[in-house]
Amino acid sequence: MALNRDFIGRASAPSAPYEVSRVKIKEFASAIGDNNPIYRDREAALAAGHPDVIAPPTFPIVFSLGGGALLADPELGLNFAMVVHGEQRFEYRRPIHAGDELVTVSTVTDIRSVGRNEFITVKSDVTTVDGELVCTTYNTIVERGGAG
Amino acid sequence: MAATVKYDEVEVGQEIPAADYPVRRINLVMYAGASGDFNQIHWNERFAKTVGLPDVIAHGMFTMAQAGRFVTDWAGDPGAVVDYGVRFSSMVVVPDDDEGTVITVSGVVEEKLEDKRVVVALTAKCADSRVLSKARALVQLS
Repeated sequence: MALNRDFIGRASAPSAPYEVSRVKIKEFASAIGDNNPIYRDREAALAAGHPDVIAPPTFPIVFSLGGGALLADPELGLNFAMVVHGEQRFEYRRPIHAGDELVTVSTVTDIRSVGRNEFITVKSDVTTVDGELVCTTYNTIVERGGAG
Repeated sequence: MAATVKYDEVEVGQEIPAADYPVRRINLVMYAGASGDFNQIHWNERFAKTVGLPDVIAHGMFTMAQAGRFVTDWAGDPGAVVDYGVRFSSMVVVPDDDEGTVITVSGVVEEKLEDKRVVVALTAKCADSRVLSKARALVQLS
């Protein structure tokens, strides 16, 4: 089923603040097999000039997973069983570190058909609770056969 | 933030030696838990086949994380990666055996920019297919 084009331009409500913890960063780093001490050891992070342990570049996927509520809206018509990831980008103002409290606002920027597949792009601005922009993510997912 | 690589010592065209990243089912289970992406295509072979996939496939984000690790290891400080984007061009199929599969990542310095920043172009391959395309990282060097 084709995705509902009325969703282009639609934005999510700001997320509840996500509190970045040392434990979660360490768990994520372990899951990607990365032993970098700057993800685990506060002293190593301080020595590298960071206020605390920082998160790997792809960490925001943990709390900005495609703009969750927008994609899950039944009105959009997305069949999750047929979804694969198309493109992903993270644009940083500064690294995310433990102790950050982050709010995400996601916006559907594009929906298009390519062959038999549907492509939907979601841009997410990640800011601190004080309004400092930390990171912008761009997530394109593909619904296989959605346009067929 | 302090990358251990110095801008002045890097040249356009410089290659970053390839590294191998093994992937087994356990890695996908760990990644599902850590990331919160429990899509069954990443752990349930029966389900993956019912939706037309050859077998369980790795999360695209897992593959992106491996190529990311390649860049952060090169840069020294992960905080030096200021922009990182990829397109997922092929699936990483992960069989349920002791070997699993291997993602091989290599890189080349593609461009030197102002403010001691460089663009690193990344190549990620699995089973002779390019699994990422348009993979680029913008890195702040010292």
